[in-house]
Amino acid sequence: MSYLPYVVAGWLFLVGLYGVVTSRNLIHLAVCLTVMQSSTYVLLLAIGYKHRSSAPIFYGIPAGSRVVDPVVQALTLTDIVVSVTVVALILSLALDVHDQAKTVDPEKIVEVSG
Amino acid sequence: MSSRARLAVFACAGAGLAALLLWGVAGLPAFGHYQGGYGNQLERRVLPERHTTNLVGAVVFDYRALDTLGEEFILFSAVLGVALLLRKNREQQIDEAPDDTVRSDAIRIVGLFLVAPAFLLGLWLVAFGYVTPGGGFQGGVVLAGALLLVYLTGSIHRYTAVTPRTAVEMGEAGGAGAFVVLGLVGLIAEAAYLQNFLGLGKQGTLESGGSIALLNWATAIEVTAAMLLLFKEFLEEYVVAAGR
Repeated sequence: MSYLPYVVAGWLFLVGLYGVVTSRNLIHLAVCLTVMQSSTYVLLLAIGYKHRSSAPIFYGIPAGSRVVDPVVQALTLTDIVVSVTVVALILSLALDVHDQAKTVDPEKIVEVSG
Repeated sequence: MSSRARLAVFACAGAGLAALLLWGVAGLPAFGHYQGGYGNQLERRVLPERHTTNLVGAVVFDYRALDTLGEEFILFSAVLGVALLLRKNREQQIDEAPDDTVRSDAIRIVGLFLVAPAFLLGLWLVAFGYVTPGGGFQGGVVLAGALLLVYLTGSIHRYTAVTPRTAVEMGEAGGAGAFVVLGLVGLIAEAAYLQNFLGLGKQGTLESGGSIALLNWATAIEVTAAMLLLFKEFLEEYVVAAGR
C-alpha cells in the first residue's frame, strides 16, 4: 500500500490522457487536461509527505517539529492557480474555434481557413 | 485517423507509459519515507534565517521567488491571451448588457451577508499569508471570488461597478510589475535578484520575513486582478451572446 498515492497519480494521468485522445468536444478536452494536471499535484504532494509530520507551518507547534516538504507544496499551490488561467485560455480558444468552424467537435474541424 | 485506429494507438502508448510509470514508481522511496535534501534543509533553516512561520510562504516568496516570478508571468500571459482572443470580434460593450438583476430576495440576502465576510477572509489570508496558512495566491483567489459573488447575487451592472476595468487592468499589470521591481530592489540593496532586503522582524508577527510581505501583496493584487479580468472577459462574451 505504500506506493498507492504514486499509482493514483499515474492512473489520473492516463485516465485524463484517454479522455483527451477520445474527446469529441473541446470543452470536455479542457476538463480532461485539468484531470491530467491534477495527477502532478497528487504526485508532488505524495513525494513530499513524511510519516508523523505536521503541515509546514510553525505556528502553534514547537520549533524543531518534523514537517512535510514545503517545496512541493509551494509548487502545487502556484500550479493550481496558474492552471485555472490556462484552462480559461483553452476555453477561449474553444470559443474562437466555435466562431470559425461552428462546431466544438475536434473530429469535425477538418480545415481552418485563415 | 479513424477513432478505432486512434484507440489502438492509444492502447499501445498508454500501456507503454503505464509500464514506464510503474517502473519509475518502484524506484521512488516508499510513501511517507521522504528523502529530499532540500525540504529537510528548509525545515531547519527557515525559522532562524527568515523568521517566517509559514514555510510554504518562505519558499514561494523568498527561497524560490524566481520560480514564482515565472509563474506570475504564465498567469499574466494566459490572461492576456484570453483578453486578446475574446476581445477580437466584440461589438457590444458590457454596459449595454440587459438587466439581469437577481429577483429572489433569498439569494440577494445571502449575497448581502456573504460578500463582506468573504472579502475579509481573502484579506486575512493574504495579510497573514506568511505567518499562518494562506498567502497571496490563495487570498487573491478568495478576494476575486468575493467580488464575483456580487455578480451571482446582484447583477452584471453591480459587478462592473465594483470592478472598474481600468483598476483591474492596472492591478494585473501593476502586480506583475511590482514583483519584477521588488526583485531589482533586492539586487541593488543586497547582492542578488529577489534577495530579501528588509529587516526580518519578530517571528509570528506581520513584520516577520522582511520583503516576503511585499512580494506576497504584489502576488495577491496580480492574482485578484487576473481572476477578475477573466470573469469580466467571459461575462462580456455572455453579454454578446445574449444580445444576439
